[in-house]
Amino acid sequence: MQLVNQTWFLLKKEIILEWRSKYAFNGVLLYVVSTVFICYIAFNLNPGLSGSTGYPIIWNVLFWIIMLFAAVNAIAKSFMQESKGRLLYYYSIASPQAIMLSKTIYNILLMALLSALALPTYLLFFNNTIGDPLFYCLAVLLGSFSFSTVFTMISAIASKAGNNGTLMAILSFPVVIPVILLLIRLSKNAMDGIGRNFSYSGIGVLCAINLIVITTALLLFPFLWRD
Amino acid sequence: MKFIYQTWWKVLAVLLIFYTLIAGFLLDVPHLPILHETIRNVYFHVPMWMAMFTVFTISVIYSIKYLNTGKEEYDLIAVECVNTGTFFYVLGLITGMMWAKYTWGEFWSNDPKQNSAAIAFLLYCAYAVLRNSIDEEQKRAKISAIYNIFAFPIMVVLIMVLPRMTDSLHPGNGGNPAFGKLDMDNHMRMVFYPACIGWCFTALWIATVRYRIRLIEYKKNEIN
Repeated sequence: MQLVNQTWFLLKKEIILEWRSKYAFNGVLLYVVSTVFICYIAFNLNPGLSGSTGYPIIWNVLFWIIMLFAAVNAIAKSFMQESKGRLLYYYSIASPQAIMLSKTIYNILLMALLSALALPTYLLFFNNTIGDPLFYCLAVLLGSFSFSTVFTMISAIASKAGNNGTLMAILSFPVVIPVILLLIRLSKNAMDGIGRNFSYSGIGVLCAINLIVITTALLLFPFLWRD
Repeated sequence: MKFIYQTWWKVLAVLLIFYTLIAGFLLDVPHLPILHETIRNVYFHVPMWMAMFTVFTISVIYSIKYLNTGKEEYDLIAVECVNTGTFFYVLGLITGMMWAKYTWGEFWSNDPKQNSAAIAFLLYCAYAVLRNSIDEEQKRAKISAIYNIFAFPIMVVLIMVLPRMTDSLHPGNGGNPAFGKLDMDNHMRMVFYPACIGWCFTALWIATVRYRIRLIEYKKNEIN
């Protein structure tokens, strides 16, 4: 019960801090929009793409690559922006699991909101018909969930190892590749409007990976923060 | 820990490997279409992965032990096991690629199993990079132990679970029968199991030798 209370309080604090400055959210939103715009311009330099046969595949893959880099940028900050003194203060008042959980939940919310805004923006520039829109949205939500769980733990490790962005990318990409492969397959099915029962095993594995990542993160984080 | 200083299993490893080298190339194997004599690769390719899994598992166990006790020796064991495991990883990939050339037609044919193996290899390269990025010894030991424990289940998912869900050409995946079920007769088992044990012991031996060298270096650098 105490864990839930602490997590709730820390989560509220994260949201209030973000609401005051709106720095992380606006920053990443701008990042996504400008990346989409760059892709739009770059792909329109050579005309004839939107009519070609490979267009839906490129559309789907490009969206996930944009989301991947947006997630790295959004979540890398989650531990790095905290000053050392403030971290010390948290550790004296809350349990490490609560800190980890609150950060993860906050990142999930942030990424869900971000992808909910990114998908319409992306659709605005790159129009495409989605066969099963509801299921595609589910895939995007699952994606933001999975990215958040993986990147939160990795950003905790990277922030302890000298706060550099390269390390964050190196450490997280091998972990996130299976996730993104499953997501691309899942969303491709949704885009083509293939029957949903073909995708259930993929969703199952994705949930299993998330479960593994969250459990290991909760088990390992108490060792990580102790200096 | 006494185990690593004993001799019997090292002798056993050498004997078993010589036995598999001789028996593996000379004994009769089932004649199957496409595979033909390449089925002998199962004596050399699969044991590499078994050996890799053995040392990686040991390294995870010692990473957990390190986090619980903070003994520097445990970190040395973990890192040397990962180094040895990575070496066997490369050997497993190379033997697999050579086999793929003769059965699938290409060294690298974009097969899910090959791709997953390559991604999982990146995980352990990242481990090496992470270790190099931290100077302070205890901090390095702690953070790399955490990453090692974190990476292991992901590696298992990548190599054992994901390829089984898609259409992979690899035996045992994507609905293909594994060698164990259909093709391997009792003659092959007589070579295959000793090969696995032999290579696991060899990997362990390499890891222990490297660990002991590290330990000497560590003790030499100690300030008395």
